[in-house]
Amino acid sequence: MNEPTTGRDAPILEVNDLNVTFRGGIKAVRGVSYRLDRGEVLGIVGESGSGKSVTSLAVMGLLPEGAEVSGSVKLHGKELIGAREEDLTRLRGKSIGMIFQDPLSAFTPVYTIGDQIAEAVRIHQKVGRDKAARRAVELLDLVGIPHPDVRAKAFPHEFSGGMRQRAMIAMAIANDPDVLICDEPTTALDVTIQAQVLEVLKTAQRETGAGIVMITHDLGVVAGLADRVLVMYAGKPVETGTVDEIYYRPRQPYTMGLLASIPRMDRPTERLIPIEGNPPSPAALPPGCPFAPRCPLRVEACEDAEPGLERIGTGGRMSACIRSHEIDLKGLDGATVYPVPEAVVRQEENRPRAERETVLKVDGLIRHYPLMKGAVFKRRVGTVYAVDGISFDIAEGETLALVGESGCGKTTTLQQIMQLQPPQGGTVVVLGEDSAKLDRAGRKGLRKDLQIVFQDPMAALDPRMPVGDILAEPLRAHGYGDGKAVRARVAELLTLVGLAPEHAERYPQHFSGGQRQRIGIARALALEPKLIVLDEPVSALDVSIQAGVINLLEDLKVRLGLSYLFVAHDLSVVRHLADRVAVMYLGKIAEIGTVDGVYGNPAHPYTRALLSAIPLPDPELERTRTRILLEGDLPSPADPPSGCRFRTRCPKRALLGEAEARKCAEAEPAVVRLAPAGDHGVACHYPENTEAVAAPGV
Amino acid sequence: MRSKVTLTRLARNSQARYGTLALVLLLALAYIGPFLGPHDWTDKDFLAFLSPPSADHWWGTTQIGQDVYAVTLRGMQKSIIIGFLVALVSTGLAALVGAAAGYFGGWVDKALMWGADLLLVLPSFLIIAIISPRLKGGSWLWFVVLLAVFSWMITSRVVRSMTLSLREREFVLAAQYMGIPGWKIIVRHIVPNLSSLLIIDATINVSGAIIGEAALSFFGFGVQPPDVSLGTLIAAGSNQVTGYPWLFLFPAGLLVLLVLSINLIGDGLRDALDPGSNK
Amino acid sequence: MGVYLLKRLVSNVLLVAIAASMAYFLAATSLNPRAKYEGRQPPVAESVVDATLEQYNLNDKTPVFERYVTWVSGVATGDLGKTWDGKSINAEMSRRVGVSLRLLFVGTIVGSVIGVTVGAYAAVKQYRLSDRVIGVSAFVVMAVPVFVLATMLTLVAVGINDTLGFTLLEYTGEYNPALSGWDQFTNRLNHLILPTISLSLGQIAFYSRIQRNMMLDVLGQDFVRTARAKGLSRRTALFKHALRTSLVPAATYFAFAFGTLLTGATFTEKIFGWHGMGAWLVDSIHSHDVNAVAAVSLFAAVCVLVAGFLSDLIVAALDPRVRVS
Repeated sequence: MNEPTTGRDAPILEVNDLNVTFRGGIKAVRGVSYRLDRGEVLGIVGESGSGKSVTSLAVMGLLPEGAEVSGSVKLHGKELIGAREEDLTRLRGKSIGMIFQDPLSAFTPVYTIGDQIAEAVRIHQKVGRDKAARRAVELLDLVGIPHPDVRAKAFPHEFSGGMRQRAMIAMAIANDPDVLICDEPTTALDVTIQAQVLEVLKTAQRETGAGIVMITHDLGVVAGLADRVLVMYAGKPVETGTVDEIYYRPRQPYTMGLLASIPRMDRPTERLIPIEGNPPSPAALPPGCPFAPRCPLRVEACEDAEPGLERIGTGGRMSACIRSHEIDLKGLDGATVYPVPEAVVRQEENRPRAERETVLKVDGLIRHYPLMKGAVFKRRVGTVYAVDGISFDIAEGETLALVGESGCGKTTTLQQIMQLQPPQGGTVVVLGEDSAKLDRAGRKGLRKDLQIVFQDPMAALDPRMPVGDILAEPLRAHGYGDGKAVRARVAELLTLVGLAPEHAERYPQHFSGGQRQRIGIARALALEPKLIVLDEPVSALDVSIQAGVINLLEDLKVRLGLSYLFVAHDLSVVRHLADRVAVMYLGKIAEIGTVDGVYGNPAHPYTRALLSAIPLPDPELERTRTRILLEGDLPSPADPPSGCRFRTRCPKRALLGEAEARKCAEAEPAVVRLAPAGDHGVACHYPENTEAVAAPGV
Repeated sequence: MRSKVTLTRLARNSQARYGTLALVLLLALAYIGPFLGPHDWTDKDFLAFLSPPSADHWWGTTQIGQDVYAVTLRGMQKSIIIGFLVALVSTGLAALVGAAAGYFGGWVDKALMWGADLLLVLPSFLIIAIISPRLKGGSWLWFVVLLAVFSWMITSRVVRSMTLSLREREFVLAAQYMGIPGWKIIVRHIVPNLSSLLIIDATINVSGAIIGEAALSFFGFGVQPPDVSLGTLIAAGSNQVTGYPWLFLFPAGLLVLLVLSINLIGDGLRDALDPGSNK
Repeated sequence: MGVYLLKRLVSNVLLVAIAASMAYFLAATSLNPRAKYEGRQPPVAESVVDATLEQYNLNDKTPVFERYVTWVSGVATGDLGKTWDGKSINAEMSRRVGVSLRLLFVGTIVGSVIGVTVGAYAAVKQYRLSDRVIGVSAFVVMAVPVFVLATMLTLVAVGINDTLGFTLLEYTGEYNPALSGWDQFTNRLNHLILPTISLSLGQIAFYSRIQRNMMLDVLGQDFVRTARAKGLSRRTALFKHALRTSLVPAATYFAFAFGTLLTGATFTEKIFGWHGMGAWLVDSIHSHDVNAVAAVSLFAAVCVLVAGFLSDLIVAALDPRVRVS
């Protein structure tokens, strides 16, 4: 387990056999070891519950009382475990800086951002109040916050998510730390903002020369940033090596499966490979290898003892699997090892789009909200143009994806469709019925054909109802039949989504996230709808679970002849699942067309930036590609820019002449088809058409 | 399933354990105790006026020779019944009004919350004080109704604000999108998901109502003679507290114990039902 | 902001008006000031009683609505009417309001400041002995109604005074009119001790529970961890970041606490012989004093609304998120 430290500079941070046990004997971290050199980026990758965040809190000495920590953490050769609290306090923020996942809750809501950064300065440096405040402004400037002197006086809630995370970075580097621990720093952010923040992190590293520990579940983020990677599963490191080794030659079955299960933009047609089952609960670990129950390479010996990290080949490469050497010799990879679930064969039915029935037609849909301000002193201060005239349609058997970043209006659009009420403006026609002309009975009747699957599988199921009742609710509401018929249908539905009929007795909290999402899908299917609205159905799930749900959705669509309206922010998943895609920006559609057209030939500068911002789980590609970085944040939907809404952030604008640019500011571009016959429209005065596309390999 | 988890958690909570134990003992005292005592509460011992606790009169006697032990337990029975009834009515009212206001919103919300505001502003003490002694044939049940009418408003505001957030929850949206009518959603999804809050609130309301009853009776505005309650006994005793403390100490002590045990149960319930709330 | 305040003022005035009117109707229809004159020796002639009552706008032979109109027109011009024996309500009230406000003010300040401090301390020491002691005491105190507490305090004071042989603790009235100057001032303070304890003990218990729970909510939050991650000691992180933030939700309970304080004041005044608004409420019902009852209702309604408004103001002052920029 000991990494040799000879022959190289001593590491700044060295963790050895770190164990964390919480009250009640829950072993959250078991034997983590790593070293971090100056200027190096170490990625710690794992799914939820793998112990990656607990590891970093243990290093900082910030675990809640009642957590037992053993092992060794050495900073510059000095032992931190068991050190006096005053000594640790002196080190925190000075030698080790930390960046947390959710920057809103990580700032104290009642003090200004500037004060909080200045406080960090004054803790460790003997400087006056004024000087600390000035330093705070400098730091804010460094991380790219516009008007830092003004923004320093703003409160955390007045910052956007991306700006908050920048401020968090500014605070973490205030005292020039040697180590920066980043705990999922971009998970809560949109992709274009994520790209910005990752750039800031790189700047911060350049400025401070710190070593970075990057904790994330996103294999794409790590690929572009890390030098070395540590993969964790069930509180244990299972594989470690350089980033290329891990991504191109994984030698541990879990790593192999994880990499194979990611939907990839550059390989859209491949069937996703899920890892069956769920990670074990830390309170009830199986004997032997914790991954064995899910492992396709499992042999009897796997259950005998838990394998430790063992060196593979030369160099620092280590893996915790008794068959790693065999995998290495045979050169196995995830795609060959994991069983590829067979896809349901598409029926030959492939009539052209124009001949198929239109299941949903949205035309010029408008939804504005009053903008209220203040929680106690409430008053209306403006109008939010949440959805401002969008049109699209979905043909039978088709999947249309609505993509865009938070605040673009995609959720509002979906609610407007689901409510089946007369919209503020425009029309919504579901299966030939205009929602504005529906009476009560008609609306209820139509609801049978229009169902929804929600994002958060926790919130979507009533925790007080057993699963059987949850599935029976739509059936009873629409008079499906007597109790016996309902019970039979519930059993049928559970089987359809890959669960067992006896699961009907249990409550939602007894299921894992993936299983709960399957229950949500079963409920949507109960009344045999024709159109299902999928609201970010997999974004709350871990990658290895996500693949199984995506496959299920694909199969159900073919088997039951469904149409999907798929709302998502993850463009890789969209590419995988959708036939057509509409990109939204600030309540408008920027670009719409077939997936191949939009991804292969993005014509709107926003689409291009969006595509280029997606991190790919491929270190080589990540290193070579150039990103189109957007400036600033999404403008407020209450005060959209005149003319083209994207113009304030448009990278293309710099290339335009003054007269051309004026058109962008004055005239609002409508969605225009690029080619008269093609299915690809774009709302831009100066669309791109010929140049090579943003993301390499796409 | 869930209730089992809750019960185990409740059993492990020492506060709730002591509270329950104390309450059971107090209930036993109130309802079994009178059969053990040598005197009936209506008995008057003309040989012993204002006598201190003795072997014959365990807790002493009043100035008209009533046995304090018997009378106090009789009063305690009344206080307990009033407390539980008021809690039941007021929590039910709070749940109904709050959930309806929060779920339907719009003018329903405005009207209901305005009504709640008005009741909050009205000096409840004064209104009950004026009405209650004048209810002819004065059944104490009227008194229960009055107490309940003035004690649901704050909970209903809490219920309303929780309903507002529940209304946005996806399982409620799912039910709406299935075409299930509003009142059914309230009964089936909203109220069950507020049950922890409501159970806790009902418990706290029991003790609140017991104190409220005693407070009004203290000034003679509550339970009217010949009925007795802890409040009327405390009032009678407090006038002579310096000379004949047993008249005051026994009813007052029982009142404090009763309220304390119920509050302990309420707090224990809060920990058990709502573990995220304050731990 | 201005429009908002105006709207709120209008709706509050409306609420007060309706509440006071309801109280008036209730009092006017169910109280019977005539009874105060009828049982006298020698008997007073009915016509004389009628004339007297008429003069005070208390005659039950006048239709209640007519009396109400007279009362309202009086209130609109700032005249709250006459008591059953013909004294001016305004004069009586201006004296009593001062007495009550003194008690309420001291009770609120002492209760909230000590309560919040104790609660925060208990939260920091969660599950230690001091937290448990504070918790148990708070529970016991909250289970003791004000009238029991006040009676007990009197009992204790009498006991102490008797043992000492002189009056160490005053337990009736507001001051001793026989004294003057500095002596009278200290005497007033002495008279304030027991009522303040009786009134604020419950408040302290209430605030300490609320503050403890709010603080514990906050202690587990990310920003406390951030504060420590940047190198603040546990103590500084708790006081500067956790305590300050947890005051916001605790402040929302101010209005509620004030409501209970108002009721508590009634008992405290009555038991310690203070002639404040609370004591008047009880006395006026007993003496069938319709106009006094209406005046007390008006005062209580205004108090409740002002407390609600104050509560919002405190929250707005503490929390930048609700401030209008």
